[in-house]
Amino acid sequence: MSKFNLNSSYKAVVIGGSAGSFQGIMKILSEIPANFPLPIIAALHRLKHVRHGFVEALSIKSALKIVEPEDKESIRKGVFYLAPANYHMSVELGNYFSLSTEDLVNNSRPSIDITLNSTAYAYRNKLVGILLSGANRDGGLGMKCIKEKGGLTIVQDPLECMIDTMPKAALSLTSIDYTLNIEQIIEFLKELNQQYK
Amino acid sequence: MIQDIDIVDLKKITEVVHAKYGYDFRDYAMSSFKRRMQRILELKGLTSEALLKKLNEQPAYIEEFLDDLTVNVTEMFRDPGFWRLLRETIIPGILLNNKEFKIWHAGCSSGEEVISMNILLKEMGIMDHVTIYATDLDTGILEKAKSASYPLKNMEVNEKNYIRFQGKKNLKEYYKEENGKAVFNRELLKNVTFRKHDLVLGEAFNKFDLILCRNVMIYFNQTLQNEVLKKFHGSLFKYGYLAIGTKESIIWCEYSNRFIVVNQEEKVFKKIKD
Repeated sequence: MSKFNLNSSYKAVVIGGSAGSFQGIMKILSEIPANFPLPIIAALHRLKHVRHGFVEALSIKSALKIVEPEDKESIRKGVFYLAPANYHMSVELGNYFSLSTEDLVNNSRPSIDITLNSTAYAYRNKLVGILLSGANRDGGLGMKCIKEKGGLTIVQDPLECMIDTMPKAALSLTSIDYTLNIEQIIEFLKELNQQYK
Repeated sequence: MIQDIDIVDLKKITEVVHAKYGYDFRDYAMSSFKRRMQRILELKGLTSEALLKKLNEQPAYIEEFLDDLTVNVTEMFRDPGFWRLLRETIIPGILLNNKEFKIWHAGCSSGEEVISMNILLKEMGIMDHVTIYATDLDTGILEKAKSASYPLKNMEVNEKNYIRFQGKKNLKEYYKEENGKAVFNRELLKNVTFRKHDLVLGEAFNKFDLILCRNVMIYFNQTLQNEVLKKFHGSLFKYGYLAIGTKESIIWCEYSNRFIVVNQEEKVFKKIKD
């Protein structure tokens, strides 16, 4: 049963999240199969000086391998990439990451906008962008950029968000293809997974 | 984010900067380079054509351009665990064989890590035995580094890092507050030579026991990282140490097998082969 009318043209999924997104991310990770056909690239706001523990926490229920990439690391499908503490994470043409220590963007490093903009530029209409709960506007412009490059945009339903500033920012800046709760985002990703069988 | 600068325009600009001024940004990592260029256009309210014209017609503008282009975000004692490792393992290791030694801060930016290093050395009681070279491409930022004064608003982060580093004192004992700035004791720079040096095109200029180049090569593509690692190799004594940023890697560089990993977490390497 197809709800989202997807196809197998996508090359990556990018996720942004901040305050109130951790439970949702955990839930999503607990449902995604280990052989997921795309890389999942996540920029989540986090404490800058705490380098450890986040990967371990996210790994508890995840079948996917969770990696904080090093600078210039190649991007592989079936891996969940997490932006490391105190670095911005970008995707380069040529399918690898580059990290940077530029100024905070939207008071954040990693900044969701930086990750979303660079993935939009690299994957264009072959990208799915998902923005979850959060307390500032980081990610809004990134979602706009994904939309402009022809990618597919999803925000977590503001009614379900612990703090809805972030998805609302995206909704006000661009047209969002789907406004979904976490259960529906999981259904979406499962349907996406089926396209590659 | 206002305008999406075209790759063709970026190439034109890097070509002019190279041909006319001898700085080579052609092998910089594209995403951050593009953001920096967009930032300059926004800051100056220029189109890429206008910037190109300015670079062509106003040679004096190049220094300001470099200052705006290079990333000068740094902290004192960034990654306190790294600085503890230096104090507890790396520097004692160097001292086993050398009473006096030399350190190079490559891409020192506004000098926070240079000051951090000298606070560390002073607290170890060996500052007088160490010679430091601190280099950067950007002359404007070198002047800032020489002034050893930083906005007070930056000091909260620096003090938190220093506490995590478990320094012997209170960081406040090393600086005075003057006009909204934290002005560090001049003594903390007495063993430091600042000089302009281009990691991309500059030659090796000395031999060192320890090189710090943290979060500088992330702005380069792999071709350039490979070349710069060769320069660091040539600038290190055998068994000298190289420290890079905690999420950087040299594993894909040609010369990586001439180094061993001393600490994978803090990315400290030791040259073992000439």
